Amino acid sequence: MEIHSAGEDAIIVYLGHATSPEVAARVQAAVTAVTRALGPDLVDLVPSYASLLIIYDPLQTDHLSVSHRVRAALQSLQAADMDAGRTVVLPVYYAPESGEDLEALAGNAGLSIEEVIALHSGSEYRVYAIGFAPGFAYLGQVDERIAAPRLATPRQKVPRGAVAIADRQTAVYPATSPGGWNLIGRCPTRMFDPDASPTMPVNVGDRVRFEAISREKFLTLGGELG
Amino acid sequence: MSLRVVQPGILSLLQDGGRTGQHRIGLTNGGPLDREAFDYCNLLLGNAKNCTALEVSFGGLHLQAQVDTYICVTGARLPLRINGKEQPQWEVLAVAAGDDIHLEFAQRGCRAYLGVADGFVIPASFGSTATVMRENIGGLRGDKLHAGDELPCPVVTSRKNLYLAPERQPHYSSEITVRVIPGYQQHHFNRLQQRRFFSRPYTVSERCDRMGYRLEGPAIECDIEGILSEGICFGAIQIPADGQPIVLLNDRQTIGGYPKIGSALSLDTARLAQLTPGGTVHFAPITPHGAHNALHLAQSFARRQPLLERHP
Repeated sequence: MEIHSAGEDAIIVYLGHATSPEVAARVQAAVTAVTRALGPDLVDLVPSYASLLIIYDPLQTDHLSVSHRVRAALQSLQAADMDAGRTVVLPVYYAPESGEDLEALAGNAGLSIEEVIALHSGSEYRVYAIGFAPGFAYLGQVDERIAAPRLATPRQKVPRGAVAIADRQTAVYPATSPGGWNLIGRCPTRMFDPDASPTMPVNVGDRVRFEAISREKFLTLGGELG
Repeated sequence: MSLRVVQPGILSLLQDGGRTGQHRIGLTNGGPLDREAFDYCNLLLGNAKNCTALEVSFGGLHLQAQVDTYICVTGARLPLRINGKEQPQWEVLAVAAGDDIHLEFAQRGCRAYLGVADGFVIPASFGSTATVMRENIGGLRGDKLHAGDELPCPVVTSRKNLYLAPERQPHYSSEITVRVIPGYQQHHFNRLQQRRFFSRPYTVSERCDRMGYRLEGPAIECDIEGILSEGICFGAIQIPADGQPIVLLNDRQTIGGYPKIGSALSLDTARLAQLTPGGTVHFAPITPHGAHNALHLAQSFARRQPLLERHP
């Protein structure tokens, strides 16, 4: 464990150096422990793959006090139960009409479209981080056989609900936005809805499975094509 | 009861103190780029801290009052006219229903703040009214002001005509020094690179906005291209592959994978955000302890600033 001052109102804690479910479980446990240890001095938290950024109010406390309390709280940290967190199932309509890069990705991987779908929907993923845009959850890790680099030229407009792969990460676009990931399908579940409670169907640390659904079911669930 | 937007200007945004506690769902802070000017605006009006005001970037705003109230304009120096008559900034001014309020183009600095007695009444999204256009959240429709918008505010019939003496008003220079807490990734920048960063001037590029200010100058080399994505704090200074620093501000993304050479002091990013392309920036190192001292001193200085009252 390493703790560093990150700025006038932030420290960062590293709980590992690489992406793994074990490190993610430690980050998850640290979120709970730090929240409890800092109480009202805590302003915000950003958990990510192997780190936790802790933001405090520099007019109420200082980096030495915060670092000290965080170190003490994490000394006795037990990694969260690896099976802790919920498992969320997200339906996906995988097809060339809903995922513009599906055929190219399969071709480059030397796989059939059915094999790509089976590999993507056959693994369980972990929510490693949420960022980039509201509700954008980074899920990992996809099977190496369907890992694909970002597009050389990002698209100006990726539709809301697009299911995509970049390297060994996968995600569902929470809103229409520019994006450079490979699109393989469309998910009818809203990943970010300011008017819903909860706002997001997943949290960092949750596990996600994708379930292949038909075009008809996709439309019944409120999905939109085009 | 409102101020009606006749001309929205280039970029006018409703802002309160900013959104906190929502990084976990990917929401950034928003809030005023120049907190000092924003705070004075509410303080002079006798408002509670962080009341919703307008951040007017570059000027060009024309409002028409539909209500009797008081306004105050702080921040960037610009011609302020009420019914065509020039009026002082950093001073509480009475306006009556029907009055035209013009904020013309900024002459010094580029972010002005227009506050109203008791603040604009805007429903909060995720605990704040701060407008973040990239997220489509806050303000009116998550967007900047448009002609025809109504900015709701109450009728207020009595307020002290407070003002800040001209010699106490901030001076927005086109050349500033930004204090930087050297970062925990500085070992990826050798001593020569660090010396270069802290000794040579940088110029504000055309690519400067509420997400961050990109600077141009001697390229800083880093021995890594990227890091495992991690949380980014306010003021973090990223060095992408081209070696040109980016100071990340209120609307930054909350996580990212570029190496960081350090993190700027918020007191100085307030002045940075008043710079327009071509402005000059020097960086100076400061310890975390020094940064905390500077924040406390600034707060205590602001508390001791005398606000004067103008009697008609």
